[in-house]
Amino acid sequence: MTRNVTALTQRELMTSFYSPVAYIVAAIFLMATGYLFMNSTLIEGNEATIRPLLDSMSWVLIFAIPLLTMRVLSDEFASGTIEALMTAPVTDVEVVLGKFLGVLAFYLTLLVTTLVHVFLLLRYGGSDLPAILYGYVGMILLGCLYVSVGVFASALTKHQLVAALIGMGVLCLFSLVVDSFASWKGGLWRSVLSYVNITHHFQDFSKGILDTKAIVFFVSGTAFFLFLAVKMLESRRWR
Amino acid sequence: MIRVQNLTKMFTDRKAVDGISFSIEEGEIVGFLGPNGAGKTTTLRILTCFMPATSGHASVAGHDVFSDSMSVRRVVGYLPESTPLDMNLRVREYLTFRGKIRGLDRAQRESAIRRVTELCWLGDFIDRPIHQLSKGMKQRVGLGDALLHDPKVLILDEPTIGLDPTQIRETRNLIHLLAKKHTVLLSSHILPEVEATCERTIIIAGGKIVASGTPNELKERIRGGSRLIAEVSGPNAEVKDALKGVSGVDKVETSADDGWQRVTIETKRGTDPREDIFKIVKQKGWSLRELRLEVGSLEEFFVQIVAQQMAEQRAARQEARS
Repeated sequence: MTRNVTALTQRELMTSFYSPVAYIVAAIFLMATGYLFMNSTLIEGNEATIRPLLDSMSWVLIFAIPLLTMRVLSDEFASGTIEALMTAPVTDVEVVLGKFLGVLAFYLTLLVTTLVHVFLLLRYGGSDLPAILYGYVGMILLGCLYVSVGVFASALTKHQLVAALIGMGVLCLFSLVVDSFASWKGGLWRSVLSYVNITHHFQDFSKGILDTKAIVFFVSGTAFFLFLAVKMLESRRWR
Repeated sequence: MIRVQNLTKMFTDRKAVDGISFSIEEGEIVGFLGPNGAGKTTTLRILTCFMPATSGHASVAGHDVFSDSMSVRRVVGYLPESTPLDMNLRVREYLTFRGKIRGLDRAQRESAIRRVTELCWLGDFIDRPIHQLSKGMKQRVGLGDALLHDPKVLILDEPTIGLDPTQIRETRNLIHLLAKKHTVLLSSHILPEVEATCERTIIIAGGKIVASGTPNELKERIRGGSRLIAEVSGPNAEVKDALKGVSGVDKVETSADDGWQRVTIETKRGTDPREDIFKIVKQKGWSLRELRLEVGSLEEFFVQIVAQQMAEQRAARQEARS
């Protein structure tokens, strides 16, 4: 189990580093967050906190991560390599986990490069170290959830673009749309819809709060979408 | 080594494989022959656990393909039809990855890669990215991958498609070499291919097995329609009459050629009147410069059965419609 997942993760990471898409997405992500950081935090008179950076990163990632994950299964379906993969002694769960961890590793590399903003904050602004730390814990958990949604979207189709759009759609739904739905409805609907709101939970972290409820939300959400991805992969066999 | 019983695969709109049964013993090299769309790839995909059958049973090396899929995957080396490979990786990286998921440790992997590099002539491009390779090179990488874990059973789907004649010959030699250690099942829609490599042929058309046996057994089955060709010098009508009188001769046709009569004789099933023909020619005082038996080729046989099968299916469909 572990050996197969490690092998699949390594291959996924290797493929990411060979692919121009990953570099372009990484460059645009850094450009966008850098611009937002400059315009919100690096302006005289504005608060020197990590929060605006984290919030803006969480928005940019809604579009960046589906572009990183769109390839993982869709390309296997389109090129037929899925046949070589699924006739080797690996299980569907191992394949999905390997894909997930591979893209997650690339995302973490990307996240490390954003530490340059943190360095600027610490050098020139205040230094609320726990808030920064919790914020980055939140970023890691957020990344897990986004990547799992992206892997699930990629399991749905052999068209990479469709996978990316579905991923973005699902993430927009759970970050933005549920919020306005919740404000229209009352009662039980309201509490359900505000519970599944990603932004709502993420803001705990960006405010510098380490809340178990939010951790449980991200971990269970990730597990749920990975489970769906495994089921989708299994179901292809029956068609 | 491979057992298939009543295997059927339904897709939403059609039956791709229709209740086929066959078995392959250890060390055999068997060709799976059929026109495009006959159900070859589907059968191989079921045997390699890529897709489940709708009904029926199949097992490889004693393991059921459905209930014990992981054990089957461990003993099978499979080369899929279009040789799908990871285009972004280099050949060595790809084989290393494949070795890892086959459960080979570092030392085993290195020796396995050395072995297949030599066996499949990968040496010249082992460190090149796969997307740069030609079709033939990719085919060899795919074959190398299938052999990496030294599998008991080798399943090759159209192993020589898209190769040039030299590569085809090299691949055939390689398959012959492999057949000593492995049980081989290969598919093809090209008959000489199967005739050249396989000890036994299973002919499949429209999802059903229409014939099976060694190339000679299959040829035997069409001997009934064999013909004799003779060239005799003598008057046309007399030659024709004399030969018609020989026992075992069914039909005689002649055509004049430069003073000689070229005679095509259809014989009755199971008879060989060559000796009698010689005797009568000698008795009449004519000369004979050619007398040979023309056995129908496997090719003709193949075309015949497939056409027959298609016609039956068309008839069945029409019946169902009316």
